[in-house]
Amino acid sequence: MWQWFYRLGSPRWFYQTSGKWLPWLSILAAILLLVGLVWSLGFAPEDAKQGHSFRIIYIHVPASFLALAGYYVMAIAGAIGLIWKMKLADMVMKSAAPIGAILTFIALITGAIWGKPTWGTYWIWDARITSMLVLFFLYLGVIALQYSYASQDAAGKAGAVLSLVGMVNIPIIYKSVDWWYTLHQPATIKLTEAPSMHPDMFQPLLVMILGFYCFYAVVLILNTRVEILHRERRTRWVQDMVVATSEDKKFGRAQ
Amino acid sequence: MGQGFVAIFRRDLLLAFRHRGEMANPVIFFFIVVTLIPLGLTPEASKLAEIAPGILWVMALLASLLSVEGMFQSDYRDGTLEQMVILPQPLYLMVLAKILVHWLVTGLPLTLLAPVLGMMLSLPEAGYLPLVLSLFMGTAVLSLVGAIGAALTVALRKGGLLLPLIVMPLYMPVLIFGASTVQRAVDGFSVAGPLAIIGALLAFSLLVSPFATAGALKVSMQG
Repeated sequence: MWQWFYRLGSPRWFYQTSGKWLPWLSILAAILLLVGLVWSLGFAPEDAKQGHSFRIIYIHVPASFLALAGYYVMAIAGAIGLIWKMKLADMVMKSAAPIGAILTFIALITGAIWGKPTWGTYWIWDARITSMLVLFFLYLGVIALQYSYASQDAAGKAGAVLSLVGMVNIPIIYKSVDWWYTLHQPATIKLTEAPSMHPDMFQPLLVMILGFYCFYAVVLILNTRVEILHRERRTRWVQDMVVATSEDKKFGRAQ
Repeated sequence: MGQGFVAIFRRDLLLAFRHRGEMANPVIFFFIVVTLIPLGLTPEASKLAEIAPGILWVMALLASLLSVEGMFQSDYRDGTLEQMVILPQPLYLMVLAKILVHWLVTGLPLTLLAPVLGMMLSLPEAGYLPLVLSLFMGTAVLSLVGAIGAALTVALRKGGLLLPLIVMPLYMPVLIFGASTVQRAVDGFSVAGPLAIIGALLAFSLLVSPFATAGALKVSMQG
């Protein structure tokens, strides 16, 4: 029953299996994103108050979802790496950090762009924006820490400890920022996101969120594969594979 | 089991008192940066009083951050830390002792100095007791959380630059509740709520932080 779990520990097995899934997953992500984008940007109804500018939420909301979920992916992978000393989990954690940071950054930027026509300013110290900014700093900390260790193994463990500490702290930080915001809430600005969106607007958002999840998985797998090749470059199977592919190219054979 | 705790506690306290100059650094830093505020903003008492709760807390946080870096550094350099890690004593307790000493020589003096600086920033009278109470518990949380960052970066050559990046986001809840304790007191509200939450943060970090710090130290020793 636990065999699959032990297999997961082998980077080689993961590399080969993920290679088979990857094309399908990429196609799925591309279709979902394409359908979602055309639907949300072209066909979803215009917002009564915000006009077309509200459409940026179709990027903003999925990016924010994944930014937070990505932190948990990273931290849980780190925990698995710490507890079971699984090399693969370590690589997943290292690969997940920059993706999450970039998604957080996208969420912040799209939020700022949306804020300008809606609130008349790029930046306000709103609870959600502030929490996102803190999340961005948490990601940066994990990335910077991992890159400052010379030994790969220690870098993985240190990153795992920090991301676990961060994971424990995220709910505390979010709650405290929420609480702080209620104290200082300016009366004029209110988040315009209605609690219940019209289904015509919500359905494309759902497609976009699904698409982003698939896209995230694709990028994470790609990043992890690069990391695997890099770390296992001295092993037999990687060298064999590299030799095989370069010979294929030399003789013009299809792979 | 408590032997390691007592031995480290006494040793660190002794070491701290033999290096009084180092001990005074955070306190002097706190003093000087607060002096910069009237110079940079305004000497007007009413305006200073308005921002005093937040400024005092932010500066205390920075002063504490400044000192956290040294928590394990000399022990790492002379190899004591390595011996600590391989001792048959629970590392959790020894780390706790080091954190406790760190708080006694930085957090506590900062707390005691705060009312004086509050007076210089014309903090309204209702704010003093909440300021001291919130700093008393809050600086302990800062030491506990900072220890994790210090342990993670102790073996790195450029750890000093990295430490604030790692630790600052984790400091934010303490800052929020600490500063608003004082603010609420000044505005005439009850401070029991935020104070209780700082207490809860303290209890929680007492449980978790030495554990995480011990783990981080082991990673640092190996890398």
